[in-house]
Amino acid sequence: MSVNQVKREIPDKYAKQYGVYAGEFTNVKPYEAVKRPIKPITPHDSKMVDSIHDAIVKTGLKDGMTISFHHHFREGDYVMNMVLDEIAKMGIKNISIAPSSIANVHAPLIDHIKNGVVTNITSSGLRDKVGAAISEGIMDNPVVIRSHGGRARAIARGDIHIDVAFIGAPSSDEYGNINGTKGNATCGSLGYAMIDAKYADQVVAVTDTLVPYPNTPISIPQTDVDYVVKVDAIGDPSGIAKGATRFTKNPKELLIAEYAAKVITESSYFKNGFSFQTGSGGAALAVSRFLRKAMIDEDVKASFALGGITNAMVELQKEGLVDKLIDVQDFDHPSAVSMAENPDHYEIDAESYASPLSKGSFINQLDVAILSALEVDTNFNVNVITGSDGVLRGASGGHSDTSAACKMSIVVAPIVRGRIPTIVDDVQTVVTPGESVDVVVTELGVAINPNRPDLIEMFKDMKVPQFTIEELKEKAYAITGTPAKIHYGDKVVALIEYRDGSLIDVVKNV
Amino acid sequence: MTVKQTATAGTTESSDIMITLKPNDSGIEVELDSNVKKQFGDHINALIKDILQKLSIDNVKVEAVDKGALDCTIKARTIAAAYRLRGESDYEWEAINSWND
Amino acid sequence: MERLRRTMMFVPGANPAMLRDAVLYGADSIMFDLEDAVSLKEKDTARILVYSALKTFDYSSVETVVRVNALSAGGKQDIEAMVLGGINVVRLPKTETAQDIVDVDEVITAVEKKYDIPVGTTHMMAAIESAEGVLNAREIAKASSRMIGIALGAEDYVTSQKTKRYPDGAELSFARNYILHSARAAGIAAIDTVYSDVDNEEGLRHETNLIKQLGFDGKSVINPRQIPVINGIYAPSVEEVQKAQEMMAGIREAEAKGSGVIAVNGQMVDKPIVERAQRVLALAKATNMEVD
Repeated sequence: MSVNQVKREIPDKYAKQYGVYAGEFTNVKPYEAVKRPIKPITPHDSKMVDSIHDAIVKTGLKDGMTISFHHHFREGDYVMNMVLDEIAKMGIKNISIAPSSIANVHAPLIDHIKNGVVTNITSSGLRDKVGAAISEGIMDNPVVIRSHGGRARAIARGDIHIDVAFIGAPSSDEYGNINGTKGNATCGSLGYAMIDAKYADQVVAVTDTLVPYPNTPISIPQTDVDYVVKVDAIGDPSGIAKGATRFTKNPKELLIAEYAAKVITESSYFKNGFSFQTGSGGAALAVSRFLRKAMIDEDVKASFALGGITNAMVELQKEGLVDKLIDVQDFDHPSAVSMAENPDHYEIDAESYASPLSKGSFINQLDVAILSALEVDTNFNVNVITGSDGVLRGASGGHSDTSAACKMSIVVAPIVRGRIPTIVDDVQTVVTPGESVDVVVTELGVAINPNRPDLIEMFKDMKVPQFTIEELKEKAYAITGTPAKIHYGDKVVALIEYRDGSLIDVVKNV
Repeated sequence: MTVKQTATAGTTESSDIMITLKPNDSGIEVELDSNVKKQFGDHINALIKDILQKLSIDNVKVEAVDKGALDCTIKARTIAAAYRLRGESDYEWEAINSWND
Repeated sequence: MERLRRTMMFVPGANPAMLRDAVLYGADSIMFDLEDAVSLKEKDTARILVYSALKTFDYSSVETVVRVNALSAGGKQDIEAMVLGGINVVRLPKTETAQDIVDVDEVITAVEKKYDIPVGTTHMMAAIESAEGVLNAREIAKASSRMIGIALGAEDYVTSQKTKRYPDGAELSFARNYILHSARAAGIAAIDTVYSDVDNEEGLRHETNLIKQLGFDGKSVINPRQIPVINGIYAPSVEEVQKAQEMMAGIREAEAKGSGVIAVNGQMVDKPIVERAQRVLALAKATNMEVD
């Protein structure tokens, strides 16, 4: 058993294989990017195949290989279920899957795991049913949870070797030029898929909207694509925007957002040319509304807004308050449309967004990030992957990437959810280390990480109640009572990779 | 007091708890359905039992559907269900108030 | 110094989550509602729930008010539970006459005596929601030494007047002015009615500006989002705060010198000017403005 820098015990078997977390940038070292085989196409070849089945046959997919998917269709994705059903039907077993994330809609995966079709998973997140099943221990091998930047790093470095990438393509031509802004299931940016296309051995474009050659704009080029298959539908447009983007009317979320916006506007980062990223949760999203007012009142304009893009940011750009949108994923239809129409709304891939081992990612240039959390502990460690009952149900996302890289990371969370305290003694699972987290904002007030004395000085006159993180925890426990410890089993069901590839925590069955 | 009929108080809204009291042959038996059962299940069971004992209800089956209620809500819903069970509307406020100490 | 009552937020007595969160939003007073917000068959559960909340949550930063049912409809039990719970103010809805207040006062006195609470600890306010109530406002305001305010309940009132609410508020002008005069004559607070169109911030602004100009202490609110809007309107300007500070400094200086007649910046300072300055500074503090 090794104990890593955030005092989490990592079983030796995994500690040896992955290394253990030893600091934000300790493992950022030169490396050799992977090579990939190319099957050249001659002028008379066609890339079109008739069905998913035929595509699987053509790629030579067999037992033990790794396939990948993207999660840009979020809760509206049909592609992963479709491909896995076909693989199961063909009797292929022991497949590793490397989707950029897994949604509720992927519950059929549970049967594929039980039947031995899928035996390894790496993903950013695991939602309700799949997460619960994996926490019960239905897999022999632990799921590897990777951040968005960490996944890009793992693919570029060869930690994940993708044999075949199945890329849901909102529109494609017969030669595999793909974008996400035309077609039926328009999802906007294809940032997470671009990295798969660049590094996978073989790439299959799965589309329901075949357009005349050449399809432009080109997000994923024909030079990265081996086969194109047309199916009836790749995704449900309404599922793409599910739950993410409505402005909250919840007064508690608005209060948290107002406090978070104040933290930004009273910081020295809030000046012309500043940059920011907000998540898609209720409070995180509402921050942009309060920020907008302050930007107008104080005549401050942002140079760029980064990350998952919503209509709120598109509106800010239209008003001239934000110069550029740098877009790795879209959470709603208007932002997908904007990316198609506005050259200053720019699509980037996951590697340039957040990889710790690229030649510099966008998050390194970011001033302020607003992030959500399931739990924060008194060491400022953040859990976004397991519930307070220890069950896998969240997603690593860009949390640890952005927190480590930006100049001021702000975690927003209500102090309690129902009877569940959010500020706790020890998070169930560490995803983002406390050293990356600068300010925690709740409806009762804020706590500033003592490792940022500059921020404590900066905010000493701020008109928002300030507490130590211990005080916030006490306030939470005073409301809920002290929760009993969760009793975990002995089986490791998930490995939590830090963005650099070392293990920051493991999750056991429960 | 032994219970012959059924009484309910509370709702299944977030942060609330619905307490249903039913006849039981012997003792207080609590059946708790809660999303915080792992963290607070034992505590909630004990709290409900304690209130019922204070109200001299000794043989009863409790069905509790919890949506993250805090102690003060659990107490209030249990007391209300107990008085409904007895068919009484005038609470013994003095006694109830003494439980806070 | 009299306490500020810019905002009095309604909190339905049957909702555990709102009872927990009510204190968060910066209302000067929070008003637990056992009356219209609670259905007839849930009066018993709401009463014990609010009692339990009063005993548990820290409401010390606000004034707690409870809207009880009529004495004939469970009001007596409401009062016993709430007084025992330590409520600051009992608000009687649909008050028609001074006798209504006297009757409630007697019930409160009996409860205070029963539980060894000093008689008079619990304050009262009256909501006036009919023509009869408006015309009796003067007597109502003076009916008990427990009285700290009267409030207009406009929804029932306009119905009894055979009209409805209009944006300009002309239909309420007599009731507002008469209630305000009655309150001021009795030396107690005057609270304006709710603005029920939660999504219409402009309308709320308009109405709040009007009642502030008339002299009301504040408004009842039904959604936390209305609170910053109203507080913003009641916030004094930087110039007002500066003047008030100069005024108070001048008075302190004069008092130190022992001079009888005080003038600041060439203006005679008398009691109403001092009171205005004190209120400006209290409002400034409450809205987080810099005050020495």
